[in-house]
Amino acid sequence: METGWLLPDVNEPTSAPFWAGCERGELLVQTCVSCGLRRMPPRPMCARCRSIEVSWEPTSGRGRIWSFIVAHPPLLPAFAAVAPYNAIIVELDEDPLIRFAGNLVETAEGEINEIDPSTIEIGQPVSVVFHRIDDVTLPRWKRR
Amino acid sequence: MTTHLVKDKTAVVGIGQTTLGKGLPDTELSLACQAISIALDDAKILPSEVDGLASYTLEPNREVDVARAVGLGDITFFSQVGFGGGAGCGVVGHAAMAIATGQCDVVVAWRARKRADASSRPWAQAAARLSDGQQWTRPFGIIRPVDEIAMLTRRYMHEYGATRDHLANVALAFRKHAARNPASTMGHKPLTRDDYMNARWISEPLCLFDNCLETDGALALIVTSAERARDLPHRPALIHSFAQGLPPDHQTMTNYFTEDPLRGPAWTAARRLWANADLTAADVQVAQLYDAFSPLIPLSLEGYGFCGRGEGGPFTDNGNIEWPDGRLPVNTSGGGMSEAYVHGFNLILEGVRQIRGTSTAQVEGAEVSLVTSGEGVPTSAIVFTRDR
Repeated sequence: METGWLLPDVNEPTSAPFWAGCERGELLVQTCVSCGLRRMPPRPMCARCRSIEVSWEPTSGRGRIWSFIVAHPPLLPAFAAVAPYNAIIVELDEDPLIRFAGNLVETAEGEINEIDPSTIEIGQPVSVVFHRIDDVTLPRWKRR
Repeated sequence: MTTHLVKDKTAVVGIGQTTLGKGLPDTELSLACQAISIALDDAKILPSEVDGLASYTLEPNREVDVARAVGLGDITFFSQVGFGGGAGCGVVGHAAMAIATGQCDVVVAWRARKRADASSRPWAQAAARLSDGQQWTRPFGIIRPVDEIAMLTRRYMHEYGATRDHLANVALAFRKHAARNPASTMGHKPLTRDDYMNARWISEPLCLFDNCLETDGALALIVTSAERARDLPHRPALIHSFAQGLPPDHQTMTNYFTEDPLRGPAWTAARRLWANADLTAADVQVAQLYDAFSPLIPLSLEGYGFCGRGEGGPFTDNGNIEWPDGRLPVNTSGGGMSEAYVHGFNLILEGVRQIRGTSTAQVEGAEVSLVTSGEGVPTSAIVFTRDR
């Protein structure tokens, strides 16, 4: 049974390798084969050299909280059930221009409302964990 | 001074709007036709003279249905502008360009929507599987426009020290203005700083009163040449300058993935807007700034050059954006947060009323009136001036 969570189409060609990486427990970033520029979200052409050749390179999976929200109802039912919950943007340690949206959790299996929102701060160091919903694996983040 | 094809060549000569409210019984098509009909009568222009149409890509009513119902003539120009609330001034700007370049003579621009019903909220109709840019945010619960802008707001507060008091300044100023405007939907409900501070959260750091309204209604305006405008009944609101803005490496609404997310589309639009004008921000006497959310006001004040980077919060202090004594009265009809939220088209009509001298919070002798469309999305802006 599907949960009603909003999930990516993991077969969309430009982004599929990212979601496949999550499935294997790897946080990958699309990288230009020609000039090495990393880009997130993925896209079909390099804005620096216009190459369309890409590879998917591993990251440290470590970063810092760039910003965060705490969402309250009205929300879609699946999200209202865990509200208020946090959502965060993480900037990667090795390349702060590579950012990911996610949620701060205590453990990979945890819910997105298990952290006391008053303890969340911009700049806190985090590392990636992976959480499965239906047939998709999402990156989430725990403090380190 | 270089000659510019569009500058001062066209004007808004008619405005019309339906009742703005919740649960209006008429269809969106009926509302659109009513607003257009009122605007035509206001301009003393016949439907058969209309040969251009401009609206939003999100407009529910098709040109064919509007033109047939209102009895318009041969239409030789029709265009739509994208990106939701960013479109508004672009719609009017396209009309001005079409007239100035000889593609048509009289353009109707409009926006109609019925959105006060909660079931019509676009975010609640999300597809089960996301394949566009939303796949990078929605699976993490960043779903509603308020979530998307709250994320930028938290970062803005962190970088520049803006506070909830600054955001309250915005909400309170617009509610005060709405109280003078009988057409507003919230003017009858006073709002205090305590109300604001104790309001329920929607998406922290944004509370209920940081959000725009959800409104049913339609608004329309008529654009024609400045030359003809001088023979029509109302003081023309000259379209002095207009610009659209889509900055490099921009992702609409969820613009977190670029070097400087807080330098939004307003900056791009402003560069062209002021380059094409004989004026600067310092000459603006009254501004209608797109306010889907309160933090868009400080961001727009910075983007359009009313203050320096990070100074948009303090700019709202000391009644600076309040009519009549503020340095820059902003959203003098109450705006999207307290008059009505019709994708910013009501802001454009208020910008025109300020030039006519008919606002319910009239800036005395206003000759330069700025209107902006949505910040955080590819946007647009117009400077209206009084004919000299």
